Amino acid sequence: MRPVYMISGGITKFAKAHPDKDFRLMVKEAFDYAMADVPALTRKEIDGSVCSYFSDHFTRQLMAGAMVQDYLGLSPKPSRRVEGGGATGGLCFQSAWEAVASGRMEVCLAMGFETMSRVNTWKGNEFIALASDTNFDYPVGGFYSGYYAMMVRRHMHEFGTTVEQMAKVAIKNHANARHNPYAQSPALLTVADVRSSPMVATPLTILDICQMSDGAAVVILVSEEMAHKLCQQPVRISGVGCGTDAMRMADRPHGKVPLLPHESEGDYANLKYPGVHSFRGGRSAAGLAYRMAGIVNPVRDLDFVELHDAYTSSEIQTYEDLGLCRYGEGGSFVDSGAPFLDNLDYGLAFTGDQRWPKLPVNPSGGLLACGHPVGATGLMQAVFAFWQLQGTIGRHLGDDTLQLPEARRGLIHSHAGTGTYITVSILERGGI
Amino acid sequence: MNKHAKLPETDEGTVLFNVDPIIVKYHYEIDYLHSYAQDSPFFAGLAAKKLLGSRCTACGYSYATPRGHCMECGAATEWFELPLQGRIHTYTTCHFGGEAFLKETLFTLILVEFDGVDTLFLSRLVGAEPDEATIGMQVKARFLRNSKFKPTDIYFVPV
Repeated sequence: MRPVYMISGGITKFAKAHPDKDFRLMVKEAFDYAMADVPALTRKEIDGSVCSYFSDHFTRQLMAGAMVQDYLGLSPKPSRRVEGGGATGGLCFQSAWEAVASGRMEVCLAMGFETMSRVNTWKGNEFIALASDTNFDYPVGGFYSGYYAMMVRRHMHEFGTTVEQMAKVAIKNHANARHNPYAQSPALLTVADVRSSPMVATPLTILDICQMSDGAAVVILVSEEMAHKLCQQPVRISGVGCGTDAMRMADRPHGKVPLLPHESEGDYANLKYPGVHSFRGGRSAAGLAYRMAGIVNPVRDLDFVELHDAYTSSEIQTYEDLGLCRYGEGGSFVDSGAPFLDNLDYGLAFTGDQRWPKLPVNPSGGLLACGHPVGATGLMQAVFAFWQLQGTIGRHLGDDTLQLPEARRGLIHSHAGTGTYITVSILERGGI
Repeated sequence: MNKHAKLPETDEGTVLFNVDPIIVKYHYEIDYLHSYAQDSPFFAGLAAKKLLGSRCTACGYSYATPRGHCMECGAATEWFELPLQGRIHTYTTCHFGGEAFLKETLFTLILVEFDGVDTLFLSRLVGAEPDEATIGMQVKARFLRNSKFKPTDIYFVPV
């Protein structure tokens, strides 16, 4: 495999509805933005693409990827569609990485979108729930927020995680998004705001849950030679990993924790794993990506993380899967202030627990505040990570508040189902 | 050849939500011929007031939610009858849901654990207020008298 670099990206403003633009035009906007950021790249040099969108039900158009391909003027070049629930964007990113790493392409476009406003919110929830076993899960009351509520209820039982700790995740991500003009729902919140908002599935309130969105994002990945030729500040993809688990969370076994390099068996002597409280596929994805990137202790070796916070609870669960803290410590990790930005006032007091250094998580605002147009989400994370590592947040967002001073290495994490497909990719500044 | 050919006009019209851009109502529905295939005995079991799980014929791993082949070793499974009493492994009360289930809110979902069975079973808890459900609570199965051949033919109530 050869080195792969990201040289550009683009995002549309994520919103509840963009009825004025269909999926082709949204991707075109993101694509034009990305192309404008690398003037040396011509459309002719793009060898092909991978397209990600989650749901044919939302799109009401089969082979929509082919329509994007022709709309962008990329026919008759190679293209394919990638789909894997909420991880669709992350899988698309890695599929484009494979195209370049294998030598099949020099320049590959990863493009993703979702148009979720085409049905009402509760029909949309029904569509999403069809991504659970339609014999055994969906008919019982198929509702992803219900599934995640059951998972975090068990996390609370096993580890003492609290709804206040979950609320702090919502506060963090919505506050970060106040400096991100692409975000759908920036807000300054309090714990009381989160807890008093409408209950959706106990203990998750509507502010514990991301919203449905219309939006698109694109990423351009290239070989080392093309990176040299086209871009002043390319970002290297130094690690990729992917993991899976049983579709039905009722099937999750009880075994041993797969250990990351900085952990020991004694850390989890009595923990039945993963049960429904943790995501084994996330651990698997992280382990593979860390090994490839040479990461030994993620909380120290990473400078920021953009992870799939479809729920405040799943952000906490994911800290643990990624090994940012041990299993069971996710709530305390939030309380410590470690995942918050230093330069923002969240109206919260932190414990300052010294077990963890500062590691901003979802500086962009994450899914909770940016929105979650499924097929675009994993690519949106890549674009924000790319701008962080380039140091160009100020230029792209028109506000440099979210720019981390020394961002050299970041992680992006994309997650489907109840942890059914999960991808982790590591991006690093420079390296040529 | 008829150069005066005309399509007949209809009065069906279109439901219009907006004109700039034009947003119209598009109806879509379908009836599937959905086969439960190798899972069929489970649903037949519910009609006979039995809850069937799967046990691996090679490694003995047991599943409270059936599957034809073992997730651990790949061997075929055999059917076995699950106990009709278990414990709540985790729970939630849904105040909202997918459109098809909105009219049923509030409803409580539970994952049930059974002694000696390696995996869990998703069902509904009936007969308890939302704040009465707890992890570890004993629950027992009830069956609909008239089976609909759906997993909701079985539900659980407090012991």
